[in-house]
Amino acid sequence: MIRDLLLGARFAVTGGRPGWARTVLTALGVGFGVTLLLVAASVPSILEGRDTRHQARDLTSGESGAPRSDRSFLYADASTLFHDRPVRGLLLRPDGAHAPAPPGVAALPGPGRMVVSPALDRLLASPEGALLKERLPYGIAGRIGDAGLVGPAELVYYAHRAALTDATADGRGAGFGHNVGVDRPSSAFLLLLIVVACVVLLLPVLVFVATAARFGGEQRDRRLAALRLVGADIAMTRRIAAGEALAGALLGLLAGTGLFALARRFAGRVTVWDVNAFPADVVPVPALAALVAVVVPLCAVVVTLAALRAVVIEPLGVARHTASRPRRVWWRLLLVAAGLALLPVGGPVALAETTWEMAPVAGGALLVLTGVTTLLPWLIETVVRRLRGGPVPWQLAVRRLQLSSGTAARAVGGIVVAAAGAIALQMLFGAVQSDFMRPTNMDSARAQLSMRLDRGQPDAPREVVRELSAARGVTGAAATLEASVRRPGPPRAGEDFAPTTSLTVADCPSLRELGRLPSCRDGDVFIARSHGGDGPDDAYLARTARPGALVDLRDEGEPPLLWRVPADARTVEGRPDPMGWTAFGILATPAAIDAGRLGAPALTAWARLDPAVPDAEEHARNAAARISPTMRVDTVRNMERDERFTSVGRGVFAAATLTMALVAVSLLVSMVEQLRDRRRLLSTLVAFGTRRSTLAWSVLWQTAVPVALGMVLAVAGGLGLGALLLALIGKQVADWWVFWPVAGVGAGLVAAVTLLSLPPLWRLMRPDGLRTE
Amino acid sequence: MSIGHTLLGLLESGPRHGYDLKRAFDEKFGHDRPLHYGQVYATMSRLLRNGLVEVEGIEPGDGPERKRYAITEAGVTDVEGWLTRAEKPEPYLQSTLYTKIVLALLTGRSAAELLDTQRAEHLRLMRELTRRKRDGDLADQLICDHALFHLEADLRWLELTAARLGQLAEAVGGTAR
Amino acid sequence: MSALLRAEGIGKAYGRTPALVDADLTVRAGEVVAVMGPSGSGKSTLLHCLAGIVRPDTGTVTYDGRDLTTMSDAARSALRRGDFGFVFQFGQLVPELTCVENVALPLRLGGERRRAAERRAHEWLERLEAADAAGRRPGEVSGGQAQRVAVARALVTAPRVVFADEPTGALDSLNGERVMRLLGEAARDTGAAVVLVTHEPRVAAYSDREVVVRDGRIRDLMGAP
Repeated sequence: MIRDLLLGARFAVTGGRPGWARTVLTALGVGFGVTLLLVAASVPSILEGRDTRHQARDLTSGESGAPRSDRSFLYADASTLFHDRPVRGLLLRPDGAHAPAPPGVAALPGPGRMVVSPALDRLLASPEGALLKERLPYGIAGRIGDAGLVGPAELVYYAHRAALTDATADGRGAGFGHNVGVDRPSSAFLLLLIVVACVVLLLPVLVFVATAARFGGEQRDRRLAALRLVGADIAMTRRIAAGEALAGALLGLLAGTGLFALARRFAGRVTVWDVNAFPADVVPVPALAALVAVVVPLCAVVVTLAALRAVVIEPLGVARHTASRPRRVWWRLLLVAAGLALLPVGGPVALAETTWEMAPVAGGALLVLTGVTTLLPWLIETVVRRLRGGPVPWQLAVRRLQLSSGTAARAVGGIVVAAAGAIALQMLFGAVQSDFMRPTNMDSARAQLSMRLDRGQPDAPREVVRELSAARGVTGAAATLEASVRRPGPPRAGEDFAPTTSLTVADCPSLRELGRLPSCRDGDVFIARSHGGDGPDDAYLARTARPGALVDLRDEGEPPLLWRVPADARTVEGRPDPMGWTAFGILATPAAIDAGRLGAPALTAWARLDPAVPDAEEHARNAAARISPTMRVDTVRNMERDERFTSVGRGVFAAATLTMALVAVSLLVSMVEQLRDRRRLLSTLVAFGTRRSTLAWSVLWQTAVPVALGMVLAVAGGLGLGALLLALIGKQVADWWVFWPVAGVGAGLVAAVTLLSLPPLWRLMRPDGLRTE
Repeated sequence: MSIGHTLLGLLESGPRHGYDLKRAFDEKFGHDRPLHYGQVYATMSRLLRNGLVEVEGIEPGDGPERKRYAITEAGVTDVEGWLTRAEKPEPYLQSTLYTKIVLALLTGRSAAELLDTQRAEHLRLMRELTRRKRDGDLADQLICDHALFHLEADLRWLELTAARLGQLAEAVGGTAR
Repeated sequence: MSALLRAEGIGKAYGRTPALVDADLTVRAGEVVAVMGPSGSGKSTLLHCLAGIVRPDTGTVTYDGRDLTTMSDAARSALRRGDFGFVFQFGQLVPELTCVENVALPLRLGGERRRAAERRAHEWLERLEAADAAGRRPGEVSGGQAQRVAVARALVTAPRVVFADEPTGALDSLNGERVMRLLGEAARDTGAAVVLVTHEPRVAAYSDREVVVRDGRIRDLMGAP
């Protein structure tokens, strides 16, 4: 038994150049699959590493902040966007000598200096980082170590800002890292996506591994026949074949481990869904790695033995069971049905939940996809059997498929899984994206940037307008100070608290963004009504914002600071600001009220950019940072959508494409193998005048027919699975046509396989094949 | 097999005594049946009479007289004619054909051409038999097939010999052409 | 009879090995020419050059007044489709197609409709005593039958020259004889010339004349008959 296996293994590595070529091909194919599996097995470690480091650098949370001590520090978030890349920034001011440093930072930088992540350091040092450098006016004191970063490409800085005060800081902290335990904020929907994605992307890899294990299978079978001639019995040949497959798979495991080791070095250079990982994080989970090491060789052996069942190896050659009984359809349908039945067992998935019964959905999706894939050989056989006639290339291809559709079906099976899964996933994304893609009411024609600072100085609006207007590419700017005012005195009967309204102070041009003013001069006051909607209804508004009424500028419990709304204040219609909020309340010009009397006013500003000026947005952001580094700057968008989902959608599509390309490689290999086996026949066909194009078309049809049938199955299966999954999360199908890109990829692959098999075809069509000697 | 033509052929490479002729003949063609002196003597006198050889000289000595024979122009023509003429295809031709080939090699004539001439003759007969077979009944077919198989065997031998001419030339000390 | 196909001074080398040297050969309409010679002597190369499958390095091949060596690949393919027929030793039938489809293939490559092509293919199968193989695949018929199917395929386009390369090489004597008899008869009836490459004298005996190729050189044994 062992001897036979070893003999088979020896066959894998001996046997001259063609033998080697086969083994190398198998090892590379299996190796590529193993690499992907190992990468998948590393995903949990990657995420865990990121999570751990992310938590370690989070500010230790506390409701009211830490008490002031020589270990405490003031902090303020100063994150920004640079060319749409997030830059995480934190301003710090230690209260004493013993204030702790964030993870990965050896010591807090001195005043006016900052520590930066290596990626940010590089960006700042490069020409394209010049604008960002302007925004971060701190000297670089050092770099943040890996322990303080979730990924190598992350842009992070910690700056020591001496100007930070209790008033301008976000809060006071005493340490980094929160110890609330592992609390992964993943939604049920995300889990659903991850589960389906894993099934969809890894199943074809297994199919590919299985196909790769059989590269050159026909020649191998023929060699087994030679063994039968010298006295091996059928059981021995099976063991020898198993040994050979095992050897190939083990070489593949080795190759895959090598490739993986090589690939993980480049982990830092690849970013998927804003996630990139340190090579040190890319470590397969041991249990999963062990699973790969067991499943891959097992898969190779099983496939080999299954393939041998279809042939009879006689001492004088290999015979195929030509009159094999037609494939049965019932058990294949049973698989699909079982999967469909299993899917809803776990009950509906609520998007808001964070945990749900994962096993039924995962198992159901697996069963459906497997079932759809097993339907393929039956479908191809059944359809092809009915095909008749047609032009010569069509006839050649169809007849070839009629005789042996199994090989094609095996290879195309991977495409079906990948395509069906991708379609189902795309449907999920489509539905969710339409959730996230909705009009924001923002008006990007009026402004492209919106800024907000929680505590604005009285003269901040003028300063902001001046700074912004001076920035390159800014064509217009408006700024307001807004505070909450209330009716003086305690709450009346039936009221929980005294009615409040907003008081906005801004110059006339800025006020015009908030209300439809008939005219405006400094010193004017207006009452803006919003008639419900975003703001209060007119009756509620009238309780506070009324010409001649007194309002209290201070909060309850504080000594009142009263101000009277001028009796000549005009009532106007509120207007949605560029962010889409309809303004309401009291609108006052600077001469009407001393802005310094407002309690904790918030600064809001908008900037209009000249689209023709490159980097106008960055210049405007720099201007905002000059006023305050903690000013929040957002881009105004007409449509809001979750970029993450878009990128995941793209990622899934790319991964599915890659998987299908992988399958196309195995299609190509088996096509070329088949052509090589038929070189004599090809030469004969050329001899009696067959055109190259005739044979090229027959190669095309031979690939296209199974792939087209596979695509039909994939589209049907994918749409079905997608619709069912959507039903599970209680959503409508947004777009039934999501399969077009995937089908397009399928067509592209057919074209690619055909094109790539043409050069070998031309070569094999040379008359050399006719030489008998 | 024609001993006369063979001896003539041997003489073509140079005059020889009768004894030398016998020895050369035995060595090259006599394998299991050496030639008798009487045969040599009788053959040579016939060739002498026909003017195909001449006596170049007589060497007196103890024992039998030793005549040195030389081939005449007529003799050369005769050998030439014999070698280039195809033998009538029939079974057991090998020894004659073999002798002819060796002589051709020895006398510097083209042995390959000789073989080709012979195979053409064989094939001509085979063609005729094939034609007869095609038009005849089963009995004809069987009889023709018998002859055809024999002729085919000869032809195969001719082909094999043609392929081995170089080797043979080396063995008999002639030159292959 | 005039020359239908004429090779003049053709030479062909594969790499540095000369396969054919300065070969001349004339094939007249309707005659059967046997090309004999040992293995590797260049017989097949000669046949390939004559049929326009291989372009010789030197010399010219003229068919019906046209120079094959200067014709484009497409033109030569068209010529082979229309005017030539081929029979090889083995592995020449498309295994997936039925025998009748195999025979009809050259007609269909020439643009004929499937029904008409298969009707003619049936006639030829009958003529070559292989009618019972019609609906079966090559793998399911005997070697002799397969070879008769191949002959039918070579003749179905009514070619003017049939090239047969060891057509009986894989057959026993009886089947070989049968194939040769049928090929010979059919060729005579249709007036096709046959270039017959063989190393078997009994097969060559079906020819009208023979040439021998030895070390890439041709010896025309009989000249004009």
